[in-house]
Amino acid sequence: MTLPPLPADESGDFGIYIHWPFCAAKCPYCDFNSHVVRHVDEEDWCRAYLQALERAAGETSDREVVSVFFGGGTPSLMSPATVSAILEKIAKSWRLAADLEVTLEANPSSVEAQKFAGYRAGGVNRISIGVQALNDADLRWLGRLHDAAEARAAIDTAATIFQRYSFDLIYARQHQTPAAWKAELRQALALAGGHLSLYQLTIEPGTAFGRRAKAGRLEGLPDEETAAEMYLLTQELCDAAGLPAYEISNHAEPGQESRHNMLYWRLGDYLGIGPGAHGRMHSAGTRFATEEIRQPEEWLAQLKRLGHGEACRQPIAPKDSALEYLLMGLRTRQGISLSRLRALDADLLDQERLSELARQGLFAIEGDRMRATRRGWLLLDSLLVQVLA
Amino acid sequence: MTELDRIRNFSIVAHIDHGKSTLADRLMQATGAVSERELREQMLDSMEIERERGITIKAQTVRLRYTAKDGNAYILNLIDTPGHVDFTYEVSRSMRAVEGSLLVVDATQGVEAQTLANVWQAIEADHEIIPVLNKIDLPAAEPDRVAEEIEEVIGIDATDAIHVSAKTGHGIDELLEAIVERLPAPKGEREAPLKAMLVDSWYDPYLGVVVLFRVIDGVIRKGDRILMMQTGARYTVDRIGVFTPKMEAVEALGPGEIGFLTASIKQVRDTRVGDTITHEKRPTAEPLPGFKPAQPVVFAGLFPVDNNDFEDLREAIEKLALNDASFTYEMESSPALGFGFRCGFLGLLHLEVIRDRLEREFGIELITTAPSVVYHVHLRDGTMVELHNPADMPDPSTIDRIEEPRIKATIMVPDPFLGDVLKLCQDRRGIQLELTYAGNRAMVVYDLPLAEVVFDFYDRLKSVTKGYASFDYQLIGYRPDNIVRMTILVNGEPVDALSVMVHRDRAEQRGRSMVEKLKELIPRHMFKIPIQAAIGGRIIARETIPALRKDVTAKCYGGDITRKKKLLEKQKAGKKKMRQFGKVDIPQSAFINALKMDD
Repeated sequence: MTLPPLPADESGDFGIYIHWPFCAAKCPYCDFNSHVVRHVDEEDWCRAYLQALERAAGETSDREVVSVFFGGGTPSLMSPATVSAILEKIAKSWRLAADLEVTLEANPSSVEAQKFAGYRAGGVNRISIGVQALNDADLRWLGRLHDAAEARAAIDTAATIFQRYSFDLIYARQHQTPAAWKAELRQALALAGGHLSLYQLTIEPGTAFGRRAKAGRLEGLPDEETAAEMYLLTQELCDAAGLPAYEISNHAEPGQESRHNMLYWRLGDYLGIGPGAHGRMHSAGTRFATEEIRQPEEWLAQLKRLGHGEACRQPIAPKDSALEYLLMGLRTRQGISLSRLRALDADLLDQERLSELARQGLFAIEGDRMRATRRGWLLLDSLLVQVLA
Repeated sequence: MTELDRIRNFSIVAHIDHGKSTLADRLMQATGAVSERELREQMLDSMEIERERGITIKAQTVRLRYTAKDGNAYILNLIDTPGHVDFTYEVSRSMRAVEGSLLVVDATQGVEAQTLANVWQAIEADHEIIPVLNKIDLPAAEPDRVAEEIEEVIGIDATDAIHVSAKTGHGIDELLEAIVERLPAPKGEREAPLKAMLVDSWYDPYLGVVVLFRVIDGVIRKGDRILMMQTGARYTVDRIGVFTPKMEAVEALGPGEIGFLTASIKQVRDTRVGDTITHEKRPTAEPLPGFKPAQPVVFAGLFPVDNNDFEDLREAIEKLALNDASFTYEMESSPALGFGFRCGFLGLLHLEVIRDRLEREFGIELITTAPSVVYHVHLRDGTMVELHNPADMPDPSTIDRIEEPRIKATIMVPDPFLGDVLKLCQDRRGIQLELTYAGNRAMVVYDLPLAEVVFDFYDRLKSVTKGYASFDYQLIGYRPDNIVRMTILVNGEPVDALSVMVHRDRAEQRGRSMVEKLKELIPRHMFKIPIQAAIGGRIIARETIPALRKDVTAKCYGGDITRKKKLLEKQKAGKKKMRQFGKVDIPQSAFINALKMDD
C-alpha cells in the first residue's frame, strides 16, 4: 500500500494546549495530572484561563494559531460556555489559521455527550472521545464510569455533530487475547471516523495499577510476545480499513491526522496553559521549555497573584532540542529530517550503528529523511539508545 | 630512652562503632597529649593522613606520658590496628609489637564478630587483655550482661572490666591506672645488638618514607647505619622520633620503645612489614620469626572502560603501587577488552579498595575481570608455569598436572550457625581438620582451596552466621587436583575475560550458575543470544537470552517529552558502561557479578 506523504512542513507551527485538571474519578491506569475534587468554581477557573491567555498573548501575539487542544483531566466536565469564552479570548489575541483545528477530549457519558452541540457552537471542530473499551467488563476494570452502550451512543452523537472525531481504545488488557482484541477492533473500525488512537496498556508507577502490579496482584496481562502480536495485528486491520498509523499509537485517514499532536512530534511551538501543562516556545531565537504548577489550587492561587501559572521556564540547548526531535519525530510515519537534526546537533547519532540498524530493516533512510520501520517502531525505545553516539 | 619497667605498650581491639577512636582521643586528652581544643583539629588531621596513606595504613601510633598514682612517670604507647582477613598478616605484626590489648566492647551492644577476629589475634600474640565496657553513661548499657558475654564468648575473665564512657570521660583515670598495673612491661636487652620490628611504613610528602618500628633489643640512634635483614637494604638513619601524636624528634630509642625513623628510603615498596631492622656493623644473629614477604594471592585484570584511558590508568596504578608493596601489576592485553593490567592483591577487599581508589581518585572507569588465584601448572617436560590468568593456560596436551593453593581456615562460630558453616565449607571442597567447642562457640578448622575462598566466601560466611563468625586463614601450600579451564561463549564467541579455572567436579554447577547469572546481567537485544559454558570444545551449560520483541512507549505527548528525554540521557550514560563483544553489549558489572556464587 502506498501512502500519500504527510505535509513536509515542520517549522513555524504554533498551537495552544489548555489543561483542565479535574476528573469525576481517577482511572487506575492514568498517570496524567488529574484530580478529583468535590466542587470546582468554574467561573473562577474560567477567569484564570483567560488571564493566563492574556499574559501569554503578550509574548506571542505575532504567531498564527493552527491548533487549540483542550486536554485533561476531563475537559468535557467544562461547560460549553467556558470553552467558548476561552476560544473567544484566543480569537481576539492571536491570528487564527484558516484551517484552525480545535480539539476537545471528552468522556462518553450521556451527560457529557449532551454538551457536544454546545462545544461545536463555541468553536470546537474536532472531538476526541475516551472510549477505552467496547465491553462493559473491561470498562469496569479500567475504572471507567460509562458503559459500552453509552460509548457507542456518544460516538454516534459526535459523528452527527462533528466532521472530525476520534476515539481512544486501550488494549493489551488483563486476560485479553489477540483474537478478542481483533474482534473488538473490527467493531471499533466500523464506528470510526477519520481518526483512532489505539494505546497498549502501560502500567505506570504511582497509579493504582502500578501499585497492584508491584504487589503482584495484577496478573493475566499479555506477555511481550503477545503484546507484539497484538500491535502488529492492529496495524494490519487499520491499514486494511484505510486508517494507517501515522504515529506509533495513532491512526488516521490521510489528511485527518491530529494537527495538534503533530506539533509535539515535529518539534513545533505550543503554549501549555493549566495545571501541570508543558509548553515549548521560541523567543528571541531561543527555544524555551515551560512547565506550569501541578497542584490545581496552587496554580490558581499563583495565577491570581502573578497573572501566570508557570513553575519554571528554561532555555533548551540546541542539542537537547535535537534529542527531543529524534525521540518524538521517529514516532511518526514520516520520521525526521536529517538536515534539521544535524543543524541542531551534528554529533547526535552513531552513524555506524545507524547504518547497521538500517541494514537490519529497523530504520529506513530515504534522502534527507530517517524513519523507523514498523518493526523498528515496536523496538523504538531501545533503538533510540542504540543510535545515540 | 625510657627504662623498660616504665613502658607499657598496648593496642585497642574493638568493633567498628564501639568507640575506639573516641576512647583513643580521650586517653590523649587525659594524658595531656592534646588539649580539648586540639582534639577536634587532631581528629581531622589524622583522617587526612588516613586518606593520604590509603590502604597501606595498618597502624597508627601515639606515645602518651602518664604519671601514675605510684608517683612514677610512664610512657604508654598505643598502636591502633584496623582488622580484616586480607590484612591478617599486617595486623598480626602490629599485635606482636605490643604486650597488651584493651578489649573495648559497647556496653549497650555486646561482643561483635569483628571484635572476635581481632581479639584472637591478641590472644595469639600472648597479650594481657583488659576488658573495657564503653558507653556506660547510656541508659541502655548492660555492663553485667556484656561482661558475662565476654567471659562466655571469648573466655577471658571480665570481673575486673573497666567501666568507661569515652564520651563523658568517666572511668578514664581508672583505665590509665589499669594499663600501668595490669599490663606487663616489655622485655629486652639494651646491650644486645639492635633488633627492631618494622611495623608499618608510609609515604610522607615532606619526609619521604616514614618507618614505624618497635625496638626489641639494643638502641637505635640518629645517624646509625642500619640493615633491613629481609630485603638486605642498608640505610643511614636521618631522623628518629615518636608520635605525641605530633612527630617529635628524639636522639635514641631503646628496648620496648615504639617510634619512627626516616632514612632517605625512596618508596614504600622498599620496606617490608615484619622485617627486622638491625645495625649494619653489629647485626643481631637471628631475624625476628614470622616474617612473610607480601604475596599477592588474588589476581584480576583491570581494564579501562574507555580504551583511551589506558595511559591514565598506567599512571594511576604506578602511583598507587609506590605506596603499597603488596600490590603487583603487569600489562595485559585481551582481544575483548584491549589493554589493561593484570594485578595481584592480598585478597578481595584489597582488590576492591584499589579498584575504588582508581575509579574515585583518578576518575577512571574500570572493568574488573574474574579474580583468580595462582595455579602451578606442571608441564610434561618437567617445567612449572605459574598461572595468574586463565587466558594464559598452556595447551592441555602439554600439561602433566595442575596444583592449586590450599589454606588452613579457622572459623569461630556460635553453635546455632555451626551446621550452616560446615555446609558452606563442604560445598567449597573443604576437608575438616578440627572441630572443638569453647562454651557455646565452636572452632572449626578446614583445609580449603584458596580459589573457593577468595571470591565471596567471607560474604557468605557473614551472611549465614548473621555476622557472628570470625574467620582467619593461612596458606599451607599447593596440591594437585582436577582443575580445568572453563570458557564462556556469548553469542558463539568466547569472552576471554570471563574464563575461569574450576574444579572438574564443580564445573557443571559453576557453569550453570554463570550462564544463568549472565542471562540476568546482559540486557536483551533485538536478537536472541545463546550463552554457553564450555570446557575445551564441550558445552557443559547453556542459556538463551530471548530477543527483545517490544519496547516502545505507547503514549508520548507534550508533557512526556522532558521525562522521556531524561530517561534517554540516563540510558545513554548507562551504555558507556557496556562493552561490545561482537554484536552483544555486556555491562561491565557483569564480569564480576557473574562469578558470585549462591550456595
